[in-house]
Amino acid sequence: MKILVCISNVPDTTTKVKFTDNNTKFDSTGVQWVINPWDELALTRALELKDNPASGVKGVTVAHVGPATSEPTIRKALAIGADDAIRVNFEPTEAYQVAAQLAEVIKNEPFDIILCGIESSDYNGSTVGSMLAEFLNAPSVSAVSGLNVENGEATITRDIDGGKETVSVPKPFVAIVQKGIAKEPRIAAMRGIMQARTKQIKVVEPVSVSPLTELIEFEPPKPRAKCIFVDAENPKQLIELLQNEAKVI
Amino acid sequence: METVKMKSGEFLVKDIDAKEIFIPEEFNEEQRMIAQTCRDFMDAEVFPNLDKIDKGDRELMKGILHKAAELGMLGIAVPEEYNGFGQDFVTQMLVAETTGAGYSFSVAYMCHCGIGTMPILYYGNNEQRLRYVSRLATGELIGSYCLTEPGAGSDANSGKTNARLSEDGKHYILNGQKMWITNGGFADTQVVFAKIDNDRILSAFIVESNWPGVVIGPDEHKMGIKGSSTTQIYYNDVKVPVENMLGARGEGFRIALSILHMGRMKLGANVIGAAKQTITDAVRYANERKQFGVLISTFGAIKHKLAQMVIKAYAQESAIYRVSKDVDNLINQYKSEGCDHGRAGIDGISHYAVEDAILKVWGSEMLDFVVDEGVQIHGGMGYSAEMNIDRGYRDSRINRIFEGTNEINRLLVVESATKRAMKGEYDLFGPAKELYENLDNITDGQVAGESYFDQKKRYMKNFKKAIMIMIHATMEKLGKKYMAEQEVVNNLANMIMELYMVESMALRIEKLESINGTRDVYRDMLNVFTYDTAYLIRKNARDAIYSITEGKEADALIKAIKNLTHVEGVNTMAARRRIADRLIEDNEYKF
Repeated sequence: MKILVCISNVPDTTTKVKFTDNNTKFDSTGVQWVINPWDELALTRALELKDNPASGVKGVTVAHVGPATSEPTIRKALAIGADDAIRVNFEPTEAYQVAAQLAEVIKNEPFDIILCGIESSDYNGSTVGSMLAEFLNAPSVSAVSGLNVENGEATITRDIDGGKETVSVPKPFVAIVQKGIAKEPRIAAMRGIMQARTKQIKVVEPVSVSPLTELIEFEPPKPRAKCIFVDAENPKQLIELLQNEAKVI
Repeated sequence: METVKMKSGEFLVKDIDAKEIFIPEEFNEEQRMIAQTCRDFMDAEVFPNLDKIDKGDRELMKGILHKAAELGMLGIAVPEEYNGFGQDFVTQMLVAETTGAGYSFSVAYMCHCGIGTMPILYYGNNEQRLRYVSRLATGELIGSYCLTEPGAGSDANSGKTNARLSEDGKHYILNGQKMWITNGGFADTQVVFAKIDNDRILSAFIVESNWPGVVIGPDEHKMGIKGSSTTQIYYNDVKVPVENMLGARGEGFRIALSILHMGRMKLGANVIGAAKQTITDAVRYANERKQFGVLISTFGAIKHKLAQMVIKAYAQESAIYRVSKDVDNLINQYKSEGCDHGRAGIDGISHYAVEDAILKVWGSEMLDFVVDEGVQIHGGMGYSAEMNIDRGYRDSRINRIFEGTNEINRLLVVESATKRAMKGEYDLFGPAKELYENLDNITDGQVAGESYFDQKKRYMKNFKKAIMIMIHATMEKLGKKYMAEQEVVNNLANMIMELYMVESMALRIEKLESINGTRDVYRDMLNVFTYDTAYLIRKNARDAIYSITEGKEADALIKAIKNLTHVEGVNTMAARRRIADRLIEDNEYKF
């Protein structure tokens, strides 16, 4: 049984987000790129399953849609323990394109279980997993917080309002995973880092997919308004501020 | 294979092209990944446990070292044939820098990976390496290093611990006492230095802590690095198999000194990690703390401190990776000449004796400055034991003491540099004499329309000339016993250290600009640092001049030094504010 983990290359979560070109382009200067945290959890779970012989999982592949500059992030996934990787040489502008490219990869090289993070920490699209399942005409299960595979059969736990539900699903399927799916993300060990040198990153050329949406502009959050302290002895000032500055009375 | 670009101390007389040096911006993908692994490990296992570690829980520290071992972090410098990962010296230093932010863990870790393991790798025979290094690299054994004794600190060869051969010739019987032994409370192996019979010179032995007669004392109560186990160890008729002698009889002192060279280099990298961590803590506090209705990071006095902290950390970082690549090149050269892996490693490191002493002294004083200002920025909270800055302040202080005190190392900077010149490794005395004999003709050499970096290169050349003049003047005036006048030697050492730092920073920024284009904030750093360095070189030269001579001779020297340390005025307030503003915006050290 083979698992495919779809990974996004996102700015480190502590990045101060800035835009250029009239707020139409993300400013990537000095940004450190990492595996999307939810995808990293998915990868961790896939590796945990592979470590358990009873699961029947024999291989874990990661797939990414992006340019060559994202290879350090893919290499990190290999260092953590993925067996090999596929990179679609394409710079997507939105989730539909990502899902369409990944679907082509999977049509050419089938996998039993496809894992996607519930969202990416950059654009928060939360749509690749379900679109991918639709392209593949495969079942998808969202908000997955538990995944077990025994003797080739998958059992999935989902978080629902006020509790959990457990479902079984035939393969191949897409599981859209969230927190709880795995323990802490794995740290790349020295052996893994050195083995990653020789693991294959297969680069495939993209198919032609037009975007369905077009970005108009980004709008950074407005800076927090200044907090003015008014002395309790001075209600006049408060009234003046409410009238003339806040203009609410 | 890259060739050796510069021998130890040669920077005093030779200029190097910026493109010939290595800068940290050139780390490859694998090196960055290894550093990230160390950071992730610290985030997961060290930082959440700092308070518990500082309570001196030996088992906890040992457990964390074992977890580091699971990731392979204990074998980074060890060749693959001994269960390690055979990483080069630059990578080892990057790991030392990254783990340097780990307070007491950093000390325990560096002790194990450095002085606890490397003497056996460098000087052990294959059997000893297989038996010990292979297990130290995987964490099956934890190592320590036992050199210091109650009566033998900086004067290491005066130790009283004794070894005598047993009657059957199978063992050395070890008796004596060691102190300040890092990891002493939980280490499985010890590299112990002792004199055989009435030898003048030390020999070295590998001792296992659980052998009969080895008695481990309780942990010392220390000012800082409280989580690092530091004990005395007593040896009462300990039977050490003869095959556990490390190197040859009488080779111990050489081993001890060589290992100190390695320790100094790694300390020089360690302090960068600690400094960056402290700067980040300080700026984050300054970006949260309000006084008089505004964030304290908006105050010029705080910006001044933050900028100085950044400049000094950046300078140390520039210098450490510059020399690390030199070390790697020399190790590779030795290997290509057929030298054994271990010996190539330690000989390559030990060669750079001038630089390792500089990096140890300047780096430890840099960190003391950074943590001191870190406390100051925290104000009253800086004095509270609830803040990390308190830990950083206390933990920093030891760096000026261990791996050879800064006093000893200042002497070594000058002694190593002049000895190498005397041996003819580079021509220092020829040009120095010529400059000294032509003091009246010395100018600052300014030319109209020189480029930004040409100007900086001229400054560096001038600083070198100033140092050469002062070395010549000192030796001329004090004769063969010049090393005995330690205050003057300190002045020379300070001048040499400042030169190495500012030149390393200038070369790094020049190379960085050739890759990334002009970045004003880095020029600000270089401008301020050059301006400050010129003053420090001038001040130290003046102190030395008035200590060794007077009258017209002193006047002539003062005038020459004044010309050679003349640099363009800098609006340091504006420049430091720009540096601080960048730090304040990033809210962490990201230079």
